[in-house]
Amino acid sequence: MKTIYLDNNATTQVAPEVLEEMLPYFYDLYGNPSSAHKFGGQIARKINNARDQVSSILGASPEEIIFTSCGSESDNTAIMSALNIEKEKMHIITSRVEHPAVKALCSHLSKKGYRITEIPVDREGRFDMDKYSESLTTDTAIVSLMWANNETGVIFPVEEAAQMAKDRGIIFHTDAVQAVGKIPINLKNSSIDMLSLSGHKLHAPKGIGVLYVRKGTKFSPFIIGGHQERGRRGGTENTAGIIGLGKACELAGNNVNVEKTRVKDLRDKLEKGILSVIPNSCVNGGEADRLPNTSNISFEFVEGEAILLLMDEFGVCASSGSACTSGSLQPSHVLRAMGVPFTMAHGSIRFSLSIYNTEEEIDFVLEKIPPIIERLRSFSPFWKKEARA
Amino acid sequence: MWEYSDKLKNHFLNPRNAGEIEDANAVGEVGSMACGDALKLMMKVDENGKIQDAKFQTFGCASAIASASALTEMLKGKTIEEAEKITNQDIADFLGGLPKEKMHCSVLGQQVLEQAISRYKGEAPKEQEGKIVCECFGVTDLEIEKAIKENKLTTIEEVTNYTKAGGGCESCHEVISKIIASVWAEVFPVIKPRLSNIQKIRMIEETIDREIRPSLQHDGGDIELIDVIGNRVLVAKRGTCAVCKASQQTLKNFVELKLRELVSPDLVVEEVPE
Repeated sequence: MKTIYLDNNATTQVAPEVLEEMLPYFYDLYGNPSSAHKFGGQIARKINNARDQVSSILGASPEEIIFTSCGSESDNTAIMSALNIEKEKMHIITSRVEHPAVKALCSHLSKKGYRITEIPVDREGRFDMDKYSESLTTDTAIVSLMWANNETGVIFPVEEAAQMAKDRGIIFHTDAVQAVGKIPINLKNSSIDMLSLSGHKLHAPKGIGVLYVRKGTKFSPFIIGGHQERGRRGGTENTAGIIGLGKACELAGNNVNVEKTRVKDLRDKLEKGILSVIPNSCVNGGEADRLPNTSNISFEFVEGEAILLLMDEFGVCASSGSACTSGSLQPSHVLRAMGVPFTMAHGSIRFSLSIYNTEEEIDFVLEKIPPIIERLRSFSPFWKKEARA
Repeated sequence: MWEYSDKLKNHFLNPRNAGEIEDANAVGEVGSMACGDALKLMMKVDENGKIQDAKFQTFGCASAIASASALTEMLKGKTIEEAEKITNQDIADFLGGLPKEKMHCSVLGQQVLEQAISRYKGEAPKEQEGKIVCECFGVTDLEIEKAIKENKLTTIEEVTNYTKAGGGCESCHEVISKIIASVWAEVFPVIKPRLSNIQKIRMIEETIDREIRPSLQHDGGDIELIDVIGNRVLVAKRGTCAVCKASQQTLKNFVELKLRELVSPDLVVEEVPE
């Protein structure tokens, strides 16, 4: 059975060009970039090349790039660094819809005495700028806001928010794990101090991430060890991963236009096709500025995990914000923060596309989904009641 | 991704008995949309109390659908008396087991069956018994106690898996752990560790010093610990106690009670004559 992969916000396939670029560094070219000999030295040059590639997709300079092991490490490093620098400040601002890498860290920090303000979002998942503006205080050590939401694709006005933080002398970090490669980013003239990205969301492998730290931003390392990354992140480099990420960034830079045209067209086709055929369905965050690849659709009166598993029978991969999928008992914190009613939240499915998806795949999904929803609704006690009412 | 048994997958992909029975005479309905799962059970019971047909409607995940399907399969052909004996574990077993986080799906099955049978028998609808512990999912202390007893649950996580209680805002976690403790205390009363003789004597001395002597001295009396032989605590009366007529009562009703409560329940206090 063919796999139709519409779960690219969870992870992506490694691009063939990326894999090809990486392979020699697992076997033939296994040297340590820190070594004095030429065998190792050639790896160091390759890593510098990757650093150039990564910095250019961000509009940054190479020395502003720190390679890490993943997006979560980058997020943790950024926030803990700011708290170490601003030792006397005890306030952190974030949003109610952050990824667990930020959200769980903040709730951990709240137990250690930090005050956390989670800025709310509206019904479409849009950031509340007024609340944000009122929350910036002299005690605020850092603002950490995601650039784009992993579940809905809703984009936050991070550059504007960063400027407001800068005007008040507050460090600003953004988790841009879902944004990089999908929308154009240029940090050159922005006020963003730190930015996290993750390799496996843009067709590089898992286990490689980046923390961008603007030149002049005070920084305190998270992993203390060797002199790697100019003493800002100890630990022998993940050479193959770094080289793969460099290539992936180069490709993503070239493909950003494909994202906003072809990928977006496919996403829109999927969305319109579903909404026009299936009653009581809606797009969560559909009115907001969104990533071109993401669609979060709720099917009222049915449960998400059941939908996912029935789709899985046809090889269609997606994810759900329902409680049962995650193993928690509440639907996703993102949908709850948006005030999506329970009737809708439990039946939410996230489709996230990539440049590798085709029109045939979307057509196939559009053919399979309506009978799945119909079938589950046929024995849902609420569907019948609602239909009668 | 959950690890589901083949049988569970089969019942999810091909649910048996999904639908409605127009002339059902035993119907139960539990859960709600907010909770994330809901189940309606309909049975047609004949004049001999035998279940002729059973169907369900459900809103829920794969294991909720499979549990409902399994329950209806188990019910068909059984008498009401037999059906009453079905437990949530039976439903899980029928499906070749459920992931532990999904046990509440089988509990939902048992609850709906209980409700359908009691309505069939014409029993007055049960008022909400007990008091709500988990506000998020509307779970009462009695439901939690029942799940703990029947499934031998020991942790909050397990209670959540079986009843959903505590799976939301988590503010009831403290109450749940108290319920767990009290249920287990009923089954296994707390026993104090066996004391060595030296520990026992030391504790008796301490208890007399701390808990007993201050009260006696308040009335100008006192006692002195002379010896401890087995469970016999030998004391001598001092001060006003030595001449007080009521002092024998004090030894039994106060000194001995205190020592039994705080040291060991088998102690006997005896007075040694001067």
